[in-house]
Parts: sequence; C-alpha cells; structure tokens
Amino acid sequence: MKENRRRFLKELAAGSSTVLLTPHSEAVDSVEHFTGYPDRVGMLVDISLCIGCRKCEEACKQSNQLPPITVPLEDKTVFQRQRRTDAENYTVVNQYANGQPGMPGVYVKKQCMHCEEPACASACLVGALTKSKEGAVLYNKEVCLGCRYCMIACPFGIPAYEYHNPASPQVRKCTLCYERIKSGGVPACAAICPNEAITFGKRSGLLKLASEKILNNPGKYQDHIYGLTEAGGTTWLYISQVPFAALGFPMNLGVKPFAEYTRGFLSAVPVVFVVWPALLGAFYLFAQNRLRQPGTETMPTGPNGEAAT
Amino acid sequence: MKRNDGASLAPQQWIEQNLFLGKPWSEYCRSLLTPLNIIATVILLIGLPLILMRYMHGLAAVTHASNDQPWGLFLSWGLFTGVPLASTGFLMASTVYLFGMRQYYPLLRPAVLTGFIGYLFAVVYLLVDLGMPWRLPYPMFKSFGTGSVMFLVAWHVALYLSTQFVEFCPAIFEWLGADRLRRLALRVTIGATIFGVILSTLHQSALGALFLLAPTKLHPLWYSPYLPLLFFVSSIFGGLSMVVIESTLVSHFLPQRVAPANLRALDHLTLGLAKGAALTLITYFALKLVALAHGHHWALLTSRFGLVYVAEMLGFVLLPCFAFVVAVRQSKPGLVRLAAVWTILGIILNRFTVSMFAFNWELPHREFFHGKEILVAGTILTIEILVYRWTVNRLPVHTGHAAPTIRCPIIPDSADLVLNPTNRS
Repeated sequence: MKENRRRFLKELAAGSSTVLLTPHSEAVDSVEHFTGYPDRVGMLVDISLCIGCRKCEEACKQSNQLPPITVPLEDKTVFQRQRRTDAENYTVVNQYANGQPGMPGVYVKKQCMHCEEPACASACLVGALTKSKEGAVLYNKEVCLGCRYCMIACPFGIPAYEYHNPASPQVRKCTLCYERIKSGGVPACAAICPNEAITFGKRSGLLKLASEKILNNPGKYQDHIYGLTEAGGTTWLYISQVPFAALGFPMNLGVKPFAEYTRGFLSAVPVVFVVWPALLGAFYLFAQNRLRQPGTETMPTGPNGEAAT
Repeated sequence: MKRNDGASLAPQQWIEQNLFLGKPWSEYCRSLLTPLNIIATVILLIGLPLILMRYMHGLAAVTHASNDQPWGLFLSWGLFTGVPLASTGFLMASTVYLFGMRQYYPLLRPAVLTGFIGYLFAVVYLLVDLGMPWRLPYPMFKSFGTGSVMFLVAWHVALYLSTQFVEFCPAIFEWLGADRLRRLALRVTIGATIFGVILSTLHQSALGALFLLAPTKLHPLWYSPYLPLLFFVSSIFGGLSMVVIESTLVSHFLPQRVAPANLRALDHLTLGLAKGAALTLITYFALKLVALAHGHHWALLTSRFGLVYVAEMLGFVLLPCFAFVVAVRQSKPGLVRLAAVWTILGIILNRFTVSMFAFNWELPHREFFHGKEILVAGTILTIEILVYRWTVNRLPVHTGHAAPTIRCPIIPDSADLVLNPTNRS
C-alpha cells in the first residue's frame, strides 16, 4: 500500500514536471487562435461586374453532375423571386434592386461560403463535414446520418437536403469543385464567368486584389470585403458597389467563428463528469447519516405512516 | 420459471399468469375489446401505413420539412419535448436514493419506467426523422464528431437509455421471479443513479446547447448563452409534473395495479412534488429574467414574439408556480394536478418555440404542421401509451411501497438506506 502510494506520487511528480518544463509550443497557440491553413484558396466576387447571365449556375450543374437547369438562361423571369440553394442547385444568382430607379438590378451569386471555421463542421456528430487544407468544406456521404443539424447551424442557410430520397438522402452543397482545384484547375463557375466577376486564387492574394480595387476606385465600392471577418472569415469574398445589407447578405454574424458558441458548453462536460460524483456522493452520505439517527427525519411521512419505517 | 412466492410454474401457466393477466387466452382476447383499444387500433391503422410511406418516399412525403426549416414536429415533439418530460427517472431516483427521501419510493419505479419509455420513444421519433436511421450507431462506433453538441446528445441518450434499463431491472427480475438477479441489479443502484444524474444534467442541457450554434437564427428572446441551463432547470419541473400526472392517471384508470398503501399516500406525495416544482419554476423564471437582462432584449417584449414570450413567462411559468404554492399551502392535491398539466403545456410551448416557431423567425412563408406529420407523431405516441399500459398491467411498477435495502458496494461502511427489515425480500 505504502509502496504503491510512493510510486504514485513519484509518477505524479514526474508527469507534472514534464508538462511544466515543456516549452510553450506553437501547437497550443494555434488551437486557440486558428488563423486558417496557409496557402488556402479563395474566390472573390466583384458584384459590380456580375451581369446575371447565370452561366455559373449551368457550369456548376455540369461540373457536379446535377440535373440540367430548368429555366433557360435567357429567361429573366427567374429573377422575379429570390431563390436559395437546394439539392439540385449548388449555386443561384439572385437579382436585387439597385436603389436608383431606371438602373438595372444588381446580381448576387449565392453558394456555400466555405467558412474558415465552419459552423456545419462543428455541428456534425459524425464528422461528415470537414474543412480541407485547401479551403473547401467537404461532405462525406458515407458517414452522414441525415440529422440535418448542419442545416440548422449554417448562418448562411446553404446546405440542402434530399427530402424526397428515402434510401440515401444526402446533404448537398457547393464543393468548391474540390477535385478540380486539387489537380490545379479552377472551379467551374469562375472558369465560365464571361465578365470575370469571379476570381479564383490564393485567399491572401484575393484580399490584396479586393483592397486594391476598393482603393483604386474611390467612391465606387463599399468599404467592406464581405467574408474577410464574417463568422470568423470565409473562403468566398465579395466586394460590392451597393451596401451588402441591401443584397440579402446576413449582416449580424459577428467576427467569431460559430464553433466557439458551443465550445464553452462542451468544455463544461468533463467538469460535470468529475464533480457530480463527489457532490452527489456527498448528498448520499449526508442522507445516510440523517437516516441513521432516529427521530431526526425532517421529511414528512405518509399520512397513515405506511411509507415510513 | 418461478412465481414470486417461489413456487414453480409450467411455462404455459407462467405465460398465462404474467403475460395474459391470469386469464385464459380466449378470455384475454375478449378483454382487449375496450373503447380505448379500438380507438388506438384505428390510429395505428392510419398511422402505420404513413410511417411506411415515409420510408418508401422520403421525409417529404409526410412532413413540411424544408431546406429552410430542416427540423419539424418529429424532433420538436419527440426529442425536444419528449426528453425533458422523461426526466422523471433521474429526478425520483436521486430523490429516493441520493437525497434519502425514501417516502417517495412508491413513485420511483413509475418514474423510472416513464423515463425509460420516454427515451426509448425519443429514439423511435429519431429513427423516423433521421435520413439514414440504420446509421444511428455510427457516432458510437464508426465516425466521431467530438466537437459537436449532437455527438454528446447521441452518446448520452444511448448511455442513459441503458442506465435507465438497469435501473428498471429490479422490477423486471421481480416480475420474472429471479430474486438473486434482482438483488444483483439492486447493488448497482447508487452508481447507476449518480451516473444517470450526470448524463441527464448533460444531455438535458445539451438539447438547449444545440441551439447555441444558431445565434442569428433563433429569436433573441429565446437565444441566450444560458440556454443549456434553462433547458436543464425546466426539465426538472417538467419531469416532476409528469410524475404527478402519471401517478394520477394510473391510480385513476388502473387502481387495481397500485398497492392500496400507495393509493392512500398519493395525495400526500403529490403535494411534496408540488414543492419541488414550485421551487424550480421560480428559479427558472429568475434565470429567464437574467437571460433577458444579459441580452438587453427588453425592447423586444413589445414585438409580436414579445407577446408570446410574455404569455409564456406569465401564463406558463409564474401562473403554475403560484398554483403549486397555493395548492401546497391549502393542501389541495387536485390543484397540483391541474398545475402539473399546465406546466407540461408550458414545456411543450417552450420547446416548440425554441425549435420551431422562433427558429428562422425572420423567414417569410413558413409552414409548420403537415397533417400526415401530426398523424405519424400521434401514432408513435399511441404506441408509447400502449407499451406503458402493457408494462404497468404486468410488471410490479406501482406495487412496491417501501424502498428496498440498498448498500453502496464501494462505500463499505455505508448504512442501509432503509432500515426496515421487513422489506429485505
């Protein structure tokens, strides 16, 4: 017994000194302040250049083997209502009023923003959604349960679900054309864009490009790169001549990655596992003591005394 | 096979005794023809094909679930309302075994059974709602999303379901006449109770924590960093109210299955439960105020959602709280029962608001209830009630009236929880 205790103390001392003497490592820092994978890619949309041709929608569908577009590209009635992404449309272009009468509308392409620290990935209980080091948020259909918590979590309202599929419903969203970018290619939407409204490149480079555009064209753009800090930053970045609030962009996301909203709760879990047994065990022993002393029962007994002893 | 008095029975006799309520097969079948059973059969005849339809044509065939509103009635009712109302087991087990209030023992087994069946059917609702229900074990065995609150919910519901089964085992072994197994099952009581309280604390609050991830989608009057705590505290008065209602229903409809002493003690115990409910309700009210003040959302109280919020706080938290207090002071168990129903309605309102009405509140054109969805949920509820009734009719659930002798094996000098030697069967 004594021998055991001595050994235990020795090991405890050895263990704690190892921890204390290890130099403060970068790895610890990076967990607390994740600044994104180096050299990750990005997409920059210059909203002022988008002409609403919807060729990106068509190219996206071809690239992702989705059913072909239902409304022809020439048909502008498609803009009469705001559309959202769904299981067959990873990207949609919507039209917004310009604010100035007589001027053509403003077109905004919508798709998964590929957040730097995605809410969907932190929501997934089987890790089906992951952030790749290239920047894409990827979905693994092999492990997904179909609980749709990712759809609850996404602040941009992007992931869609195959509600009509009984056997293997999947969560569907933009893949950033992952296979293409991994082999050095460009995502289909950026490749097809006739007006170079979408630029693909390293995120760091795109941020420079966006800043330069804003600086070099005084008065043209809003002084805001959407996606730089929103919800902790996103892969897709937007610059616009019209305030983003008027273009359906959520403006209340803050700068904190969404994963952090549940981190505090999750870190309390082990505390409950450690503290509750001691606390409840103490209650148990107090109750034992009370019951052992006759006549000290404080709780009432049954009206006829049957439930009491 | 043994009967409770130890006499051996032929298997056929045992089946007749324990499964068919001691009646011959033909008589038992005739006794099933009751109005309630006929209604239940009609519901099942409509609902079961709908459930089949859901598995053949996908969720869209029976629900309004959409890309904007991914969760619907199955989760709002089956999971978010079902789980807090099934907190009965951990509440009564800790009351009797940990806090030593052993006079509540008559309510323990019913509460553990309510909890177990409640969780079991929360899983059933999940199986209907999940896209690929056969992958339910994946988070346990295949792929781990450890940073997810849902991962925690999955694990804890699975573990707690097992724990409650263990806690209910003494009743099952008593029914089977397996006394040695019963004693064995009793040995883990204290450990299982503590484990159950840990798991309940965590997953009741985790259900609230699920929505922490949607700060921009849930209406600010309900979104709060205190959501986990609010969900946990409300599960306490929800569960206590369920114990009140369950015991009332059983003593009213199946009085022959309740020990006479328990029937007599019920009013008294009900008043005791009311104290706990009143205390937790007022705590909850205060916490809600703290959450409101913390978020600076006073101005929202005059909005449309503000009215719902005020109605919930005054009508379904403060009002039942006062009703419980008045009932205790004037010794009116009937009022406790009324307040308990009211409290349960409040839980339903709150969980539906958080998971449905106030979620994505800014989106236009939202549809909540699909007729078929309600029928499916009603069908599962009917099965739940039938399973409960079947069990209460056969197993010794409401028949024991004094706590068994419990020793905690890991605390060697711990005294018997109950010193009554006559109950050491």
